[in-house]
Amino acid sequence: MLTCKEFLQELNDYLDETGDIELRRRIESHITQCPNCFVILDTTKKTIQVYKGVLAQTLPQDVQARLLKAVERKCSEKKLRAGLPSIQP
Amino acid sequence: MPATQEAGIFDESALVAKAREGDLAAFNELVNSYSRKIFRLAKHITQNEEDAEDVLQETFLKAFEHLGDFQGQSKFYTWIVRIAVNESLMKLRKRKSDRSVPLDEPVDTGEDTVVREIAVWDENPEQKYSREELGQILDEAVQGLRPAFRTVFVLRDIEELSTEETAEALGISVPAVKSRLLRARLQLREKLTRFFKRKGDDVFAYM
Repeated sequence: MLTCKEFLQELNDYLDETGDIELRRRIESHITQCPNCFVILDTTKKTIQVYKGVLAQTLPQDVQARLLKAVERKCSEKKLRAGLPSIQP
Repeated sequence: MPATQEAGIFDESALVAKAREGDLAAFNELVNSYSRKIFRLAKHITQNEEDAEDVLQETFLKAFEHLGDFQGQSKFYTWIVRIAVNESLMKLRKRKSDRSVPLDEPVDTGEDTVVREIAVWDENPEQKYSREELGQILDEAVQGLRPAFRTVFVLRDIEELSTEETAEALGISVPAVKSRLLRARLQLREKLTRFFKRKGDDVFAYM
């Protein structure tokens, strides 16, 4: 059986579903016998879920507008540099 | 016709190829696709909206300027994430040397991961709070992480980059990403437990 320390080391692979079947089996067996690790697994899973669900960021329209303007300015500068090499210092 | 519509799906490499030839419309399409994500990422790392806007602009201006250097071996998005992370970290370092913000408090510097508080959460913890309150709780919890942990958490669990992409974007090893992510997740879990634990479960367990 896994120790609690080993359980913690393998927790990420379990949560990310990157661990192999044998590892999943050992973790699932551990949490049926260790209430603390069961709670850690459950609440860590919920931590990730709650972040994924809530932190959708909207981009303020004025920020987006300033960004596009800056890119346009950069594009003109680039074209100017490419087209008029003689004015380069 | 825009490259995206020809294929009916978002065709990143076609847009990048056009942008490299100087097609501003193609580049703007890339900007429109990723600006929200880059802004969110920068805001989480810098913890500041003004800095995040600077990072957002710098990222896309640098990308535009250096499109010729982009090899196409990684995805364009991973490439700009790397630029955005570097710009964000520069902002943080600059602020630290200005001493205008408090230095991050090292909460847990031990190599071993320590779990202090174990309490059962409500079935649907997010329903205890309004969306706004919840956003604030989550933001503050992330802010409490050290930048090294925060950055990995943001890239892996919010921006949903793979472990390998995160390692590439940050220039650190895959095992380093994994260990930082574990500690970030466990520290956040602990911070959130204070808000989300089920009433009556007031028992602290130590291990």
